Amino acid sequence: MPDLSIDCAGIKSPNPFWLASAPPANSGGQVQRAFDAGWGGAVWKTLGTPIQNVSSRFGGHTIGGVRGAGFNNIELITDRPLEVNFREIYETKKKYPKHAVVVSLMVETREEWKDFIKRSIDTGADGLELNFGCPHGMCERGMGSAVGQEPRVNQEITSWAVEYSTIPVLVKLTPNVAEIVPHGLAAKRGGAHGVSLINTIKSIIGVDVDRFVLEPRVSGLSTNGGYCGAAVKPIALHMVAQLARSKDFGLPISGIGGVSNWRDAVEFILLGSTSVQVCTEVMLRGYRVVEDMLEGLEEYMRRHNFDTVAQMVGKAVPSYSEWGDLDLNYETVAKIDPQKCIGCQLCVTACQDGAHQCIHPQGSDMAVKLGLKAPNGGSHARVPVIDESECVGCNLCKIVCPVPDCISMVEVDNGFAPSTWNEHVTLDKKLRPKKGAH
Amino acid sequence: MTQPLSRDRSETVFEDYKGEYTPDQALVEANRCLYCADAPCVKACPTHIEIPQFIRKIATGNLKGSARTIFDANILGMSCARVCPVEVLCVGDCVYNEQGVPPIQIGKLQRFATDHAFEAGWRFFEAGPDSGKHVALIGAGPASLAAAHELRRHGHRCTIYEKRSAIGGLNTTGVAPYKMKADRSVEEVDWVLGIGGIEVKTGVTIGESVTFEQLEKDHDAVFIGFGLGPDTSLDVPGAKLPGVVGAVDWIEQMKLGKVPTDGVRSCVIVGGGNTALDCVREALGLGIPQVTMVYRGVEEKMSGYSHEWKAAQTKGARVEWQALPVAYEGDGKVQRVRCQRLDTNKKPIPGAEVSLDADLVLVAIGQSKLGTLLSQLSGITIDGGRVATDEHGATGRKGWYAGGDCRNGGKEVVNAVAEGKAAARAIHAFVTGASNA
Ligand SMILES: Cc1cc2nc3c(=O)[nH]c(=O)nc-3n(C[C@H](O)[C@H](O)[C@H](O)COP(=O)(O)OP(=O)(O)OC[C@H]3O[C@@H](n4cnc5c(N)ncnc54)[C@H](O)[C@@H]3O)c2cc1C
Ligand SMILES: Cc1cc2nc3c(=O)[nH]c(=O)nc-3n(C[C@H](O)[C@H](O)[C@H](O)COP(=O)(O)O)c2cc1C
Ligand code: SF4
Ligand code: SF4
Ligand code: SF4
Repeated sequence: MPDLSIDCAGIKSPNPFWLASAPPANSGGQVQRAFDAGWGGAVWKTLGTPIQNVSSRFGGHTIGGVRGAGFNNIELITDRPLEVNFREIYETKKKYPKHAVVVSLMVETREEWKDFIKRSIDTGADGLELNFGCPHGMCERGMGSAVGQEPRVNQEITSWAVEYSTIPVLVKLTPNVAEIVPHGLAAKRGGAHGVSLINTIKSIIGVDVDRFVLEPRVSGLSTNGGYCGAAVKPIALHMVAQLARSKDFGLPISGIGGVSNWRDAVEFILLGSTSVQVCTEVMLRGYRVVEDMLEGLEEYMRRHNFDTVAQMVGKAVPSYSEWGDLDLNYETVAKIDPQKCIGCQLCVTACQDGAHQCIHPQGSDMAVKLGLKAPNGGSHARVPVIDESECVGCNLCKIVCPVPDCISMVEVDNGFAPSTWNEHVTLDKKLRPKKGAH
Repeated sequence: MTQPLSRDRSETVFEDYKGEYTPDQALVEANRCLYCADAPCVKACPTHIEIPQFIRKIATGNLKGSARTIFDANILGMSCARVCPVEVLCVGDCVYNEQGVPPIQIGKLQRFATDHAFEAGWRFFEAGPDSGKHVALIGAGPASLAAAHELRRHGHRCTIYEKRSAIGGLNTTGVAPYKMKADRSVEEVDWVLGIGGIEVKTGVTIGESVTFEQLEKDHDAVFIGFGLGPDTSLDVPGAKLPGVVGAVDWIEQMKLGKVPTDGVRSCVIVGGGNTALDCVREALGLGIPQVTMVYRGVEEKMSGYSHEWKAAQTKGARVEWQALPVAYEGDGKVQRVRCQRLDTNKKPIPGAEVSLDADLVLVAIGQSKLGTLLSQLSGITIDGGRVATDEHGATGRKGWYAGGDCRNGGKEVVNAVAEGKAAARAIHAFVTGASNA
């Protein structure tokens, strides 16, 4: 049986699934229920000088009928009394000694950092997470992403924290930067034991078009908020992978951003995360989503013969290369399985209007002119035909096709030896003729 | 292991009424589920399967976890997916009904996940360490199978005594073949027995070949899961004529062997319950041209499910409401059924009679109750033919438990599973001394 336990920068937990610092990790009662449901760890809702929140606070992005596919918020750090938070952290850790309890902190002065870190360690917590990421409200006060966007400040505050802390320190990075690596390196120079990313992305979730006010609306106004949820996963994966493949970085990563199920989590781990944090999916559907994450991860590990999560971490990172090192002579073309095709012709429109005009309706003027015949075994006359000599292998048709595995991208042997752009430029390697470029 | 079934069975002509999902269909339906909290569908399932969880796992591609969720609650989840009257159980309570949107097809999704598990050969549960206790179970139907499996998870040895040679109870011998055929039930029995440590002794009728007292002496606890008795009959002239048969008997013959249909032009089915409705669709499906149900009450009052009656009508069923057979007539075999018309209070309307042609009469007016068999055992109370128990299935006699049709008077497979499992937990507490119940 695969071992799901992990050690992320010295913070151990029975499995890689942690609640992110956010409403689901707001109180002892919640975190303890989450542990009972199967979560391996929790990063407590950020502590600092308690604030006052607005109402309303959240906005949802409905995409094609899917509610909350994207999500944003304008809430700040904890609004609960500090003593209550620290007491509940202590009680939770005592009751769940094997689970990871990490305290997220965001304060201003060196003295405050010292004081908060001491009080956090006194709770018995397993680690600290420095919140340099919140993109709204706190940065105006010189905290959150105001720190995270400035490598020098990041490094300095990290070094204070590391100086005062006897437990591992993670730095939570903001995605609201042009390049993530310098910020990861700043945390490293400051002595951090690991990083967590991403925090939320600066965003406006939508506009109430009848009131002419941004959402979420607070009386007659609103403000920019932090974007998260399933929709941000690609951005988060990129930032995690950027750090994971940076030769100078090398610290453990706690991956965050849009994790909704076991497969998302596996992707984060394969791109270099040791633990995976979740906020929005839990806010939308509850702690119970972890059951599928645990089973799915375990089954995945079994299928691929991984004994430990550590063996998986970063497995896909070497495949992340530069564009100039991709093989330009590798060629694929789209093929339609006529048995599976339902004749919706989404691929025709996509290819005609959005790609290279090589998928045609069966029997259309163009298909006749090109001599493209109906595929063998086609169940009906609406199965489109593909002009493979023009297909650039872009994937667009496969992406729009509603039938899984109906369109496949098939490798073509064009007789050309592999050559990258870099090899072409430096070694004058031969490139295959371009397709669809006339 | 179970005995192989005959290949030549009348039931094999039937096709599944509710077809199976392709993976694409399952995915689309699974993604439609709202993942409700404190979901009403879960409450409506007698075995309380965590329906939103198993459906979500289909959507995330975690089929193994999906099947585990189902079987953990209901070890007969594969057959239940096919035979449950979901319209009045889980699906009937799906919140989408409130919204006027088609409810989630929970049974079909459950079938998708459990069929996949069977095909892949996944097993999820292991027997607990041997407890040294030995439990007897009477009858090898769904109630006993569910009880035995649960008892094995706690490490208790089990022996099931079954009077028939076929195992699986009515799940094998009774349910309509357009829902599930006998071979599938037998396959499920083997899968359940695969946990090991459950011996099934067939051809043993408890109370005849082995006395109840002997059974009690030889075991640490006894579970009664012997279901209901034979079909009841109408005491009218001609009741013994060839061609007049009990419905459950006839169904068993159809499922395990052959029922003669050659030359049968018209069939009358007496009754208005679900067995009668099954018979209507079965007789039509076997190619009998004219099939008429005769029921003494009005349509609104029949105990058969309205969704089943609708389905029967689309197959061409005829019906005589408010009619009661008063004589089966014929020369050496049944040829006609003479019926008295009744008013809405089921009182005869003088002079109003109707005669129906019939080469075959299936009497589906209920099964007798076996409970009385136990009446000589002190402590066991029989209430209207049912074995009386507390909510955990304990009878008034120490160490004796009951579940399934014999306890509830005749419900569904899924109820038998729920009751069998609950009783097993109570038996576990009893034999390990955790309770004196
Ligand atoms: C025609 C028909 C169709 C049905 N269709 C459906 C359906 O579609 N869906 C659904 O959910 N439910 C259906 N049911 C109901 C369902 O089959 C029963 O509720 C369920 O099988 C009850 O399980 P059980 O274990 O209590 O009893 P049974 O399934 O009746 O099993 C009892 C077993 O005990 C054995 N036995 C009896 N006496 C003794 C004895 N003295 N010693 C040893 N063994 C003994 C019997 O041979 C039998 O194998 C149907 C019932 C009938 C009659
Ligand atoms: C309502 C809300 C409040 C949040 N509060 C905090 C916070 O106090 N501290 C913090 O570090 N991150 C906070 N976050 C960010 C999350 O921890 C997480 O980094 C982000 O939501 C991305 O993960 P997700 O896509 O799983 O939601 C908050 C997010 C949301 C939606
Ligand atoms: S998008 Fe897919 S299903 Fe639709 S026509 Fe094209 S190949 Fe067929
Ligand atoms: S066992 Fe039956 S009632 Fe329960 S969820 Fe499955 S199909 Fe529905
Ligand atoms: S009630 Fe319907 S929508 Fe809600 S969880 Fe159950 S099946 Fe899904």
